[in-house]
Amino acid sequence: MAMEKRVVFKSAWLPYVLLLPQLTITALFFFWPAAQAVYFSFQLQDAFGMTSQFVWFQNYVDLFKDSHYVSSFKVTAFFSVMVATCGILISLMLATMADSVVRGALAYKTFLIWPYAVAPAIAGVLWAFIFAPSIGIVTYFLKQFGIDWNWIINSEQAMLLVVIASVWKQISYNFLFFLAGLQSIPKSLIEAAAIDGAGPFRRFWTIVFPLLSPTTFFLLVMNIIYSFFDTFGVIDATTQGGPGDATKILVYKVYYDGVKAADLGGSSAQSVILMAIVITLTVIQFRYIERRVQY
Amino acid sequence: MTRKSLLAAFIAAAFTATGAQAQTEIQWWHSMGGALGDKLNELANKFNASQTAYKVVPSYKGSYPESMTNAIAAYRAGNAPHILQVFEVGTATMMAGKGAVVPVYKLMKDADEPFDPKVYIGPVSGYYSDSKGNMLSFPFNSSTVVFYINKDAYKKAGLDPAKAPKTWKEFIAAAEKLKSAGQGCVYTTGWPAWMHIENFSAWHNVPIGTKENGMGGMDTEFKVNSPLHVKHIAMLGDMAKKGLLTYAGRTNQAEAKFASGECAMLTSSTGAQANIRRTAKFEWSVNMIPYHDDVKGAPQNSIIGGASLWVMGGKTANAYKGVAKFFAFLSKPEIQMEWHTGTGYVPITMAAYDLTRKSGFYDKNPGADIAVKQLMNKPPTANSKGLRFGNYVQGREVIEEEIEAVIMGKKDAQKAMDEAVRRGNEILRKFQAANKG
Repeated sequence: MAMEKRVVFKSAWLPYVLLLPQLTITALFFFWPAAQAVYFSFQLQDAFGMTSQFVWFQNYVDLFKDSHYVSSFKVTAFFSVMVATCGILISLMLATMADSVVRGALAYKTFLIWPYAVAPAIAGVLWAFIFAPSIGIVTYFLKQFGIDWNWIINSEQAMLLVVIASVWKQISYNFLFFLAGLQSIPKSLIEAAAIDGAGPFRRFWTIVFPLLSPTTFFLLVMNIIYSFFDTFGVIDATTQGGPGDATKILVYKVYYDGVKAADLGGSSAQSVILMAIVITLTVIQFRYIERRVQY
Repeated sequence: MTRKSLLAAFIAAAFTATGAQAQTEIQWWHSMGGALGDKLNELANKFNASQTAYKVVPSYKGSYPESMTNAIAAYRAGNAPHILQVFEVGTATMMAGKGAVVPVYKLMKDADEPFDPKVYIGPVSGYYSDSKGNMLSFPFNSSTVVFYINKDAYKKAGLDPAKAPKTWKEFIAAAEKLKSAGQGCVYTTGWPAWMHIENFSAWHNVPIGTKENGMGGMDTEFKVNSPLHVKHIAMLGDMAKKGLLTYAGRTNQAEAKFASGECAMLTSSTGAQANIRRTAKFEWSVNMIPYHDDVKGAPQNSIIGGASLWVMGGKTANAYKGVAKFFAFLSKPEIQMEWHTGTGYVPITMAAYDLTRKSGFYDKNPGADIAVKQLMNKPPTANSKGLRFGNYVQGREVIEEEIEAVIMGKKDAQKAMDEAVRRGNEILRKFQAANKG
């Protein structure tokens, strides 16, 4: 950290002016909607907003009285852990492999980054087609092996499908960061270890992985946030929370109740809860996991 | 194009635009995609060509829940459309929006346009009328659920293809025969809640909820855990376990499975016919939905699905006059017939039904009149004229989730239906509280 350069502004107001655009965007698109959500979560409104009553915590009480809402926490936890772990592991593997490729590296990298440009809903539709019960190409091959694939009514398969689609969507992002991380590791370190007789696996665990830990930590935070907030498009395009409520993660219920069922109060209360969870998770990650990160 | 001609074109366009502005534009938001959307545009064009004072401008706003949400958001922002197509489950929400909507009977009266709710067939007018018999929205596209069989599959299994099962007992017997003849997917259903709860209840003359299925007041409660409901849902769970029922999803996914020949029997919307007619490479027939013969008085009549047109509040008197004129245009039997025969939706007036029959359409398309016959099977009762539950978008979803749990074998039918009632009632109470005042 000693290398860090410090720039001191001579003008008192210039730094604030330079920060202003970003602050405006943050306030307008993050703080204002968040404040609105908190406000609406205490209201009971009809669909057209003709009447509204201040109901204190009624919307929250209703939520926690409903066993299905509570069980959707479990679904969300499972889903997020799966998406974050699989997403990070697979992209780490791909990045390590892409890093050691000599010929055609650019082509590989481009193709691996490509999925990031695909919108979540489109990713969902894509996977829903490939895995469609009775007409999907993968379904067809699975049938040859005697596997009956129908995620419409099989909750485990439905979960698997939304995890695959969500992970696929996020791999590129993770890949990009891992690749950059790998490329910043000095070759001399690895070569020195190789001369000392360390095999590829040992080299990875004792040198590469620790040096990648800041990247991994950052990606862990980003992936958890992604799986909590950004995956409703994938779910809406595939299972829509079903079968039963097997894939009804918290953010999908927020979307469904608010946008499709016009229940603004309930939906806002849910999004406030969701916001609290993600803030807590991020704080925990920074307090406890970050200590083990070597910068 | 040279700069001069570009300028000329621009001026010309500007003039046409001002010319068009002399007309009053009527915005119509709808959810009819694909071929249905083309048909709907044809209707609007026909009306626009028939007079010069008004111009109906249809715009597709996504699926039913999407266009409804869009319109509600637009209303809150002060720029709602004049006419909004709302699906049947949104009816209670729209009705509760007093001031946000203009009741159709009032609109027609104010504009001195003739309007008689009695010309509509019972299950249609009942669905969209208040307790005094005043029609609040304009029926547009109505469907009901019917029973399709693959006649070729029946022949292969040694069943008589001319005799579709009438009762669920006969249905199970036929299903078992189809299964043992090697039929992979025996039976599938579209719209599980609409078919196996809503229409099932009407068809057997049992209530879906108290207070005439919610039509008599917002303090209604679900009744879908009655012994008959539980028995029926348990039967579905049992069929799924035996491989007689292949569940395909909450909307119309099942229809493709039947049309492709994968499934031999289907219960789904009358609206599926156009598609099946186009794709099916086998002989098929449309029949009335099965009933339990141990229920007294069954079968009663089925209820409708589909959508109606709501008129949004806060517009000019002149615009409302135009809307009324447009509705009067849509009420004409020949227009109704055109829409019915072109789309597969049910003819919603007796006049349109008679006209279509006289035209010979039903002789050429056997089964196209089954839906009307089923809707008119008996005069509707308090249990079979329709339903009106607040926030039923959520309520129906709860019912579907619980049915799925039974079909997956994760819950027994009694527990699932009890849960559906408990969760559904919470939604109803919340709606009641939000719309009280």
